[in-house]
Amino acid sequence: MTPNSIFVVTLCILLCLATPAKLEAGERFITLASTTSTQNSGLYDHILPQFTKLSGIQVRVVAVGTGQAIKLARNGDTDVLLVHHKPSEEKFVADGYGVERLDVMYNDFVLVGPKSDPANTGSGSDVVAGFKMIANSNAPFASRGDNSGTHKRERSLWQAAGFKLNSLSGSWYRETGSSMGATLNIASAMRAYALTDRGTWLKFANKGELMVLIEGDERLRNPYGVIIVNPIKHPHVKIKDGQFFADWLVSKAGQKAIAEYRVEGKPAFFPNAATQVEE
Amino acid sequence: MNEFSKAVAVAFQLVLGLDHQLIEIVSLSLQISVLAVIIAAFIGLPLGAAIALFRFPGRMAIVVFFNAFMGLPPVVVGLITYLLLSRSGTLGTLGLLFTPTAMIIAQVILVTPIIAALTRQLIEDLWIEYEDQLRSLGAGPGRAITALLWDGRFSLTTAILAGFGRASAEVGAVMIVGGNIDHVTRVMTTAIALEVSKGDLALALGLGIVLLTLSVSVNGAAFLINETARRRQS
Repeated sequence: MTPNSIFVVTLCILLCLATPAKLEAGERFITLASTTSTQNSGLYDHILPQFTKLSGIQVRVVAVGTGQAIKLARNGDTDVLLVHHKPSEEKFVADGYGVERLDVMYNDFVLVGPKSDPANTGSGSDVVAGFKMIANSNAPFASRGDNSGTHKRERSLWQAAGFKLNSLSGSWYRETGSSMGATLNIASAMRAYALTDRGTWLKFANKGELMVLIEGDERLRNPYGVIIVNPIKHPHVKIKDGQFFADWLVSKAGQKAIAEYRVEGKPAFFPNAATQVEE
Repeated sequence: MNEFSKAVAVAFQLVLGLDHQLIEIVSLSLQISVLAVIIAAFIGLPLGAAIALFRFPGRMAIVVFFNAFMGLPPVVVGLITYLLLSRSGTLGTLGLLFTPTAMIIAQVILVTPIIAALTRQLIEDLWIEYEDQLRSLGAGPGRAITALLWDGRFSLTTAILAGFGRASAEVGAVMIVGGNIDHVTRVMTTAIALEVSKGDLALALGLGIVLLTLSVSVNGAAFLINETARRRQS
């Protein structure tokens, strides 16, 4: 190595070390791993400023699929988890990665499809029957295919309808491997059916020929839970501020903030924390 | 066509209205990509020149390696950087994940091979031209590298701009290591991806037009500076 190049390398290391101080002034914050569905619905833009005003804690939301969010939390890359696949969440806590799971809110999934409804699913409320009709008519169905909460629910519905998905992928069953919104864009362009959470659907601006076909089935209920990452596994987790946030979410004020959020005049999420039921 | 005209209108609204969020996103994008390219240039320029001048075993392999890594997929770089910076990774204790610094690191990894490979090519050609002259002057390898880098500085701007283009346009790496956090790590490309996923195609395309304009301005400015300097020299 020449003296020049040593100088250059040193300079680079110095530059690297200098940036965090410049770009990240010491704010008090927690990181929340959550789902694209909650972010796309606009819920966080509504409730988080209220929490920050009260507590002085900023909440940095990383919105990914439920599967990836849980993976991030397992690696200790986030302080709090807010996702929507109860079995995975309970496993996460049972494996010792989370402190406890608290009910926060729910909304529901809806089956959307083209107005022409080539599979004749009608406008009923039996989602499994609707899935069967789609499969039998070979009408295109756009699946998330990304291990997200919505994708996991959709797979269990296909299972209930009696179909093995592995053999179907690529024919009428198309796995987009993308977020809810991206999948809806694809469904809109292909005139395909898709399962979506109601929050994303209400806010989605590129509906095109798509409309809600099946809703209101008990099997379409979509519960969200909050979990704090266990400091025993990851000592750097901001347990105090994280707990403060989780407590606020299930408190009267937090639940009220969730209930008040409206998309086009309709409520997007329904609070259901245990504390609220007791009151 | 309707979507396009809407997008152009949105782009104008954003730029003319000096939208507060847009300014924040654009300045963060520039900050990250410019810093990443400066660091990558400090590594890539001498590295590329050294590979051009020195003969050592395994040199061919390194040349091929850098040429191939010019096409490194951003998602892969993002994933590698994530695994390094994750709390469960080697550098996890630094707590850099989901910060602008993490995004800069990812972009440096992405851009350095581009600058190094293009520099290697340019300096190799210059070396053929000047080898005898430099040798007769008794210039050592260190002197020769500095002399050639200085001599090729106008052509090397293209290598650096290629790196900047890559850094400012990629979305895969910064999405994974930055997390697209509002007010913290949201840059032009991740903002566009977010608006697409909300189905707001006009706003997404509007942001795309802003990004394109920015890129054209940077390249135009670099071209002008280059030309003026070149003319003054001759």
